[in-house]
Amino acid sequence: MSALPATQPTTAHPAPSGRLAPGPRAPMRRGERIGGAMAHHLRVYRRTWRGSIISRFLSPLFFLAAMGLGLGSLVDSSAGGVGGQPYLQFVVPGIVAYQAALLGFGDATYPVLGYIKWNRMYSAALSTPLTVTDVLLGHLIVLGANLVVAVTVFIAIAALFGSFASWWVLLGIPVGLLTGLAFAVPTFAISATITTDNVFGILYRFVLTPVLLFSGTFFPLEQLPVVLRPIAWATPLWHGVELTRDAAYGRSPGAMGLVHAVVILAFVAVGWVLAHRAFTRRLTS
Amino acid sequence: MWAPSSSVGVVGDDVLLRARGLTKTFGDFTAVDGIDVDVRRGEAFGFLGPNGAGKSSTMKMVGCVSPVTSGELRILGMDPDDDGPAIRARLGVCPQQDMLDEDLSVEENLWVYGRFFGLSRHEVRARADELLEFAQLTERRHDRVEPLSGGMKRRLTIARALINNPEVLLLDEPTTGLDPQARHVLWDRLYRLKRDGVTLIITTHYMDEAEQLCDRLVVMDRGRIAAEGSPRSLIDAYSTREVVELRFAVDEQDHHVDAVRSVGGRVEELPDRLLVYTDDGDSTLAAVHERGVKPHAALVRRSTLEDVFLHLTGRSLID
Repeated sequence: MSALPATQPTTAHPAPSGRLAPGPRAPMRRGERIGGAMAHHLRVYRRTWRGSIISRFLSPLFFLAAMGLGLGSLVDSSAGGVGGQPYLQFVVPGIVAYQAALLGFGDATYPVLGYIKWNRMYSAALSTPLTVTDVLLGHLIVLGANLVVAVTVFIAIAALFGSFASWWVLLGIPVGLLTGLAFAVPTFAISATITTDNVFGILYRFVLTPVLLFSGTFFPLEQLPVVLRPIAWATPLWHGVELTRDAAYGRSPGAMGLVHAVVILAFVAVGWVLAHRAFTRRLTS
Repeated sequence: MWAPSSSVGVVGDDVLLRARGLTKTFGDFTAVDGIDVDVRRGEAFGFLGPNGAGKSSTMKMVGCVSPVTSGELRILGMDPDDDGPAIRARLGVCPQQDMLDEDLSVEENLWVYGRFFGLSRHEVRARADELLEFAQLTERRHDRVEPLSGGMKRRLTIARALINNPEVLLLDEPTTGLDPQARHVLWDRLYRLKRDGVTLIITTHYMDEAEQLCDRLVVMDRGRIAAEGSPRSLIDAYSTREVVELRFAVDEQDHHVDAVRSVGGRVEELPDRLLVYTDDGDSTLAAVHERGVKPHAALVRRSTLEDVFLHLTGRSLID
């Protein structure tokens, strides 16, 4: 019987990192640890991206066709567009931010609960040198990269339909990333707190859907009764929609731009603190 | 090496795990209640006890995942509170649930895990090839994990736990849920690891597994250690050489208890049988027959760790 591989360092290829040798191992830098966590999620996306094409790329195009082109022709002919702009150019920036929020939320629900509860890959990762911070950041970075790809592809295709008045629309990519994260990061905290996935259905129907519809995405906030407007102000989506729309129109958001950015970043920051705490409690108690 | 940082004192190089008064509480519930344990390099060490005895909580503390509530714990001479990542870099952990990414292939699971330990792509692939061979999964390497059998998933989990060439392998209930054949395949793999000098720390509620695999073990009950020693020495200390098992027709057992007790030797009443502890099973059984007791079935066997547990706690390992 040959010697056991399990206890022999790979002899054919001496280990340059020294991390297979007995005794103390070279510590991993933060970047290496996060890279390790990212490598897992990249591999999962590599396996599953085909199945997500419809939700990621086709769904926003359906909205563009139905709302921007279909409804838009009615709005433009009867009301002369929105604030002097063609409805297509009004609504598509809203769809960009809407898509980012929806993707950010979706990617932080079932996949995160799955890694916590079903296949427990987070626990497997936390049995290695990786820490809660590494596991969270690794997942969020890949999720963010995925948001950037989805938003960029949609903006590129929407541009072919004349949806944007200005090249400044490219700022919609970082804005879309941050808007998506403003939904994803707090949702990580929720996913790490709940025990049953029924909660996602309730969240989607009673929180996310009204937010998606009433954040100035498909019609200006001014159409809402005054009492309802503060609700939109409190959601990161309205701020994301406003920033994206300003960019697509090529106009400066002025001081409000700062307010928008602060609100969005606050959701990301508070979400991070809550998610880190929820992960620590759930996975390392 | 690391300077000892506490009252535990100098930890000998051959003591890989040292616990003193190790305690874990969850709110009002005390899962681990002040246990003392030493595990030496190259040993196969077991925690034997029923579900809920505190074995898994102990393993999570040893695996540097769950913080110690109180007491001292040193693994490889280090304190999990200060050096968790450095300790985990040298441990292999095979948890009770497999925790595999079932959407990925067999070899992808190994690659992904190797990257968590900071191994280079090259190291991971070479190591994965060896471990697939070791786990007898080379033919299934490209298959998705999800449809594999329970035994294969378990072997893959163990192979994955070995990806970083650990000095200590923690196995939490390694064969729970496996069929007998898959258990024997797994035990064979674990013997090989032990032979090669990997320190094994195993929890189990199967007394046969503890007897087969462990050089030394502690019997755990309700968060405490009830006894410690080699399987043989525990049986010698807490049981007799042989055991007579007497089974009776339904509801008849109670009528015969007094007659059986009059034979001498300790008698344990289980719901479905009486156990008589004796150094000579055949003569004890003959004495039972002489008293006119006619059991439905009778069996003389050697004492096992199950008998030790029964003696120490008054309960069975598997309820």
